[in-house]
Amino acid sequence: MPDAAPSDPPLAALAVELRQMAGAVRPTALAVERTLPVHESLGPLFPMGGLARSSTIGVSGPGATSLALAVAAGPSAAGSWVGFVGAERVGWAAAAELGVAAERTLVVCDVGVGQWPTVTAALIDAVDVVVASPTHPVRINDARRLAARARERGAVLVVVQPASSWPMAFDVGLEVTAAEWCGVGSGHGRLSARRVTVSATGRRGAARPRDTTMWLPAATGEPACVTAGPERHLRAV
Amino acid sequence: MVAVRTLVVWCRDWPVVSLDRAVGEPVAVVRANRVVATSAAARVAGVAEGLRRREAQRRCPDVVIVEHDIDREARVFDRVVSVLDDIAPRIEIIRPGVCAIPTRGPSRYFGGDIALADRVRRVVGEQLSDPSGAGVGVADGPFPATLAAQRSLGRPGAPPMVIAAGESPGFVAPLPSRVLASPGPCSDELVEVFGRLGLARLADVAALGAADMLARFGHEGVLAHRLASGLDERPPAVREPPADLAVSMDLDPPAERVDQAAFAGKVLADGFIDGLAARGLAATRVVVTARTTGDAVIERVWRDDGALGATAVAQRIRWQIDGWLSRPNATGRGGVCRLELRPDDVGPATGRQEGFWGGADARDDRARRAAARLQAMVGASSVRMPELHGGRSPAEQVRLVPVDTVAATAIRPDRSPWPGSVPSPQPTVVFTPARPASVVDAGGSDVSVSGRGVLSAAPARLSVEGRPWTEIVSWAGPWLYDERWWDATSHRRRARFQMVLPGAIAHLVTLEAGSWWVEATYD
Repeated sequence: MPDAAPSDPPLAALAVELRQMAGAVRPTALAVERTLPVHESLGPLFPMGGLARSSTIGVSGPGATSLALAVAAGPSAAGSWVGFVGAERVGWAAAAELGVAAERTLVVCDVGVGQWPTVTAALIDAVDVVVASPTHPVRINDARRLAARARERGAVLVVVQPASSWPMAFDVGLEVTAAEWCGVGSGHGRLSARRVTVSATGRRGAARPRDTTMWLPAATGEPACVTAGPERHLRAV
Repeated sequence: MVAVRTLVVWCRDWPVVSLDRAVGEPVAVVRANRVVATSAAARVAGVAEGLRRREAQRRCPDVVIVEHDIDREARVFDRVVSVLDDIAPRIEIIRPGVCAIPTRGPSRYFGGDIALADRVRRVVGEQLSDPSGAGVGVADGPFPATLAAQRSLGRPGAPPMVIAAGESPGFVAPLPSRVLASPGPCSDELVEVFGRLGLARLADVAALGAADMLARFGHEGVLAHRLASGLDERPPAVREPPADLAVSMDLDPPAERVDQAAFAGKVLADGFIDGLAARGLAATRVVVTARTTGDAVIERVWRDDGALGATAVAQRIRWQIDGWLSRPNATGRGGVCRLELRPDDVGPATGRQEGFWGGADARDDRARRAAARLQAMVGASSVRMPELHGGRSPAEQVRLVPVDTVAATAIRPDRSPWPGSVPSPQPTVVFTPARPASVVDAGGSDVSVSGRGVLSAAPARLSVEGRPWTEIVSWAGPWLYDERWWDATSHRRRARFQMVLPGAIAHLVTLEAGSWWVEATYD
């Protein structure tokens, strides 16, 4: 005969127990779940084949705006919200063509230098991907705080053209190293596609340099893989 | 199961009346380009609810068009509610223009429902420009009382309509079933289905079995059945709401402005609704109490037949404080130093279910909350969303519009072809206004385009905003645009080029009236 049943546990204790149980039965977060999807053409640039949550990404070189939009397009198409700070000049028609969903895009305009860190932090709290193009040098303390915030919230912070304005190393730094427009001659044709080579360097898992050649944009306006690209050779290590 | 005897005041055309315009002037209140309310004079001229603004103006050229502003309506309605404060201790505001009073105490004091209704009608009428614009109805429960108030407006002089105790089911039975959706809380879809099923009157709906209604239409069906039978929306609460569902917040420093108090109210409302939701409850009546540094206490009861959400509660907090501040003789002016929210009537929440582990709904809610927070930081017009339109130039194709003005479900990229638009891919950086530039040929003289689209020479070098000359590697164009030639003021003739500079920098360059502009960049 077991002991007499204890009196009803108080509600608070029950709530704690329930919460523990919820934690225990929640599926383990696999590495894949801690990444956000990216367009297949950008996959080779990231160690896990997707954007790692809680990371910072720098984008630079000719075509940085397109590249940043293409990076944001993957999560956006998959249902994430994307926030932009300092993006008054972005061509939203191009953003839509690259795959950024307008109905899940927040754009904060006319942000003063003093408000910039607060506004960016508020966006990091709320959306999965924040694309920031600071027009002024960011202080190291602000940069650290924003990176920590992104780490804590599982968001991705994409900084565009940071060469002079971002004082920290990025988890992944993307740079367009070569670009070439197709389709336009001397007085004939039109801009139809741009073939770019993007190289990625970074820290930790992304420390090994990677590069890829892709269409950014292809003739339809979307990013695309270069199918007839240079063959991959095995190298001695 | 006796419904609470209730008096309802219904102000006719409140969105129009709250404007304080002269009687007899044709006025239409529009929201999102559709007429939502009209004055009597406008109705005579044929302006009806649901018309487009242009159609309303066509039918009645003199009509005064006013944008819908529910905040103003709420503020003006506070004037009406404050005179009722002298008659009844407890007034439930349903929405601007409609409020309910439980009659038990006041009726006994003033000598019966009829005396009370006459008195209410007189004091409310004094506050309105048209004294017969307020309908008063008394019945068992707020829904039949609302219907009685509306019906009383149809009679000459609009005397109050008092339905004797116990006669409410008989009163509502012959009414058309569409009153369930307006002023009732049911959805238009449900009422439409009733119409197709041949349930034209409330008596037909009430004749069905409650269990069948639940099986076929869910909770909403049960609600419709109860209302059609002349009963209260739900069986009287069997228990008082637990005290710990009330939340309060001290504001230090006190909020001096409405928006400060409203912002604090939003945070408070979120916590309040979360606390209710954790117990599976929803509030249909909420008491909002605000204390000021001048020792004034502003207390109002807000009622909504559907359950009140966090945004709705926050909006009512703002209305309440705004209305108090706009009172001419507000006693003890000062900042708001304490806000309290107390559920007055709770019921089981039958609302929507969120996805497991926080689905897409949670993400959208999070983004919308953040948008509200950012608006408080940088101003409402600086938080925007892109909206795609048709257009030829990249700047015309998309506009950034403030988040508040975007109907979140309405953004659909318009994929229909737009002849003459700049071809895809689109430029990723658009300059508004365009940046001035100069283009010269190999010999160094300015390049021009003739009226027939003939280029004077091949462009060779480009300079943007007076910067050093850069060689043009390749180019395409000119593409001629002759836009709005029928309109002298907005007529534009332009020639567009795409120019590629060294380093794969590509610009969209425009020649207009002899000047060159860089309109956009393919970055």
